[in-house]
Amino acid sequence: MAGDRPVLLPRELADYLADALHEQLETVEWSGSELSLRTGPDNVLEVLRFLRTDSQCLFGILVDLCGVDWPDREQRFEVVYNLLSIRHNLRVRVKVATDEETPVPTATGLFRSAEWNEREAWDMYGIFFSDHPDLRRLLTDYGFEGHPMRKDFPLTGTVEVRYDDEQKRVIYEPVNLVQDFRDFDFESPWEGARAVLSPQSGTGED
Amino acid sequence: MAETSIKPLTLNFGPQHPAAHGVLRLVLEMDGEVVERADPHIGLLHRGTEKLIEHKTYLQAVPYFDRLDYVSPMSQEHAFALAVERLLGLEIPRRARYIRVLYAELSRVLNHILNITTFALDVGAMTPLLWGFEEREHLMEFYERASGARLHAAYFRPGGVNQDLPAGLLDDIGRWAERFPSFVDDLESLLTNNRIFKQRTVDIGVVSEAEAQSLGFTGPCLRASGVPWDLRKSQPYDAYDEMSFDVPIGRTGDCYARYLVRVEELRQSLRIISQCIERMPDGPVKTTDRKISPPPRGEMKRSMEALIHHFKLYTEGYHVPAGETYTAVEAPKGEFGVYLVADGTNRPYRCKIRAPGFAFMSAMDFLSRGHMLADTVAIIGSLDIVFGEIDR
Repeated sequence: MAGDRPVLLPRELADYLADALHEQLETVEWSGSELSLRTGPDNVLEVLRFLRTDSQCLFGILVDLCGVDWPDREQRFEVVYNLLSIRHNLRVRVKVATDEETPVPTATGLFRSAEWNEREAWDMYGIFFSDHPDLRRLLTDYGFEGHPMRKDFPLTGTVEVRYDDEQKRVIYEPVNLVQDFRDFDFESPWEGARAVLSPQSGTGED
Repeated sequence: MAETSIKPLTLNFGPQHPAAHGVLRLVLEMDGEVVERADPHIGLLHRGTEKLIEHKTYLQAVPYFDRLDYVSPMSQEHAFALAVERLLGLEIPRRARYIRVLYAELSRVLNHILNITTFALDVGAMTPLLWGFEEREHLMEFYERASGARLHAAYFRPGGVNQDLPAGLLDDIGRWAERFPSFVDDLESLLTNNRIFKQRTVDIGVVSEAEAQSLGFTGPCLRASGVPWDLRKSQPYDAYDEMSFDVPIGRTGDCYARYLVRVEELRQSLRIISQCIERMPDGPVKTTDRKISPPPRGEMKRSMEALIHHFKLYTEGYHVPAGETYTAVEAPKGEFGVYLVADGTNRPYRCKIRAPGFAFMSAMDFLSRGHMLADTVAIIGSLDIVFGEIDR
């Protein structure tokens, strides 16, 4: 399938990209045998366009786009694009760091599959994508508040629904747990269990 | 006479429509019988799987994968197990690889039977469904004998498979594989040249090669558009590089081509199944690294060390070194990927699930525009939609 041009090996691809995109890329990292490129919101479209159209790359499929939340970092969110080149049988990952305010330009102009993935990232993390044609919530309920995949969003959520027999309709109520949600932390004390060592949680038992 | 413009009619398709294959609310803007815009509202089956996985150990996360695409549960587990093994840098025994490939292919047959026959039901043929469910029952029996569960198997685990196959199971699968081709022939005799089936599917929902890639299509839907791409061939995992099989490619990219590709994949899966049974090696079925997989029960009764390992594995679990991976398998529906970020603790920091159906569903608007209302049903059927994996 490779045609007459020699196919780049992943290691060569990393050098090639670092060279061709040295102005746009912040770092080129390896995690195991997987290549990831880090760039900023201003340059991400240029990087993606290059990866899609350059004859050595031809990453034609945006397989996945997702957010990752790192609350301790200054730029809290990371948008991760996983690209696949069918032509050269290669994969590459592009990462963009952003926060609640900074918008990331939408990739829908380059990959149509970005549309729903960006809607999901907006829904789950509140990452804003500028120029998106239809940035509505995707997976959560109509009228949902908050962004559930953020690390500070509780696992049990904030509202629950039930059918109210008097009003004859489904109503929303704040979550009322009969038993508190128990987050079992079995990490070995030799490796530092967070729940046991932190003073707040120690007093909350029983 | 002055032309009067008619306001498009908004039609709610679902969420409890049998042809929606689950809980899909499709808001259609109709101009008479023609669809002008389709807006799928998904998420009615959203259970927050990714969030839940962040709060569980790696082993506890496995059963969530069965509940994504509940028609082909083991293929999902396969992706997660491979991702964790890649982060751990773990090699699994040869017999485990063969068992995994065998069951991944049985899952493919399980999935394709359901898809082909319900698709046929959507466009008016009832008999294939009744025949197909009988075959599915045999396959789920094989699931049960290996894992103890008909559907939610939790059989593929990081480090291998949960337990060895019981005696005689391979022979029974072999016998089933011998007579299954005649079922496929019967199935084809009902559908492939059926005039009504062809009228409903040929030239409906056509996707070109370039469009399919841009829309993020993978699996049979991508191959039906003429792209020769199969992860089992191009990025082989487990024992797929030792198997010989062909990858069927469609030409037209319509609903009929997607059907034909799946039928041929049934036959190719059978080839792989027979090869697995023929060459099934002996040996352990999970890694002997006791920090990852539990010791056998007999050993636990005698060895203090084994008892400690067992206890630690089922309370604390194992720690996965910090790192990240995107690992994908060729699930029956397409590329099922897991983007796993580990932070060195016993729980995944982030586990993004890439479901093939998500991309198909997002293409609904593109595919159904300009088609009749009845064609949207055929398109949904041909895309192989299961809401467990789309809503996650």
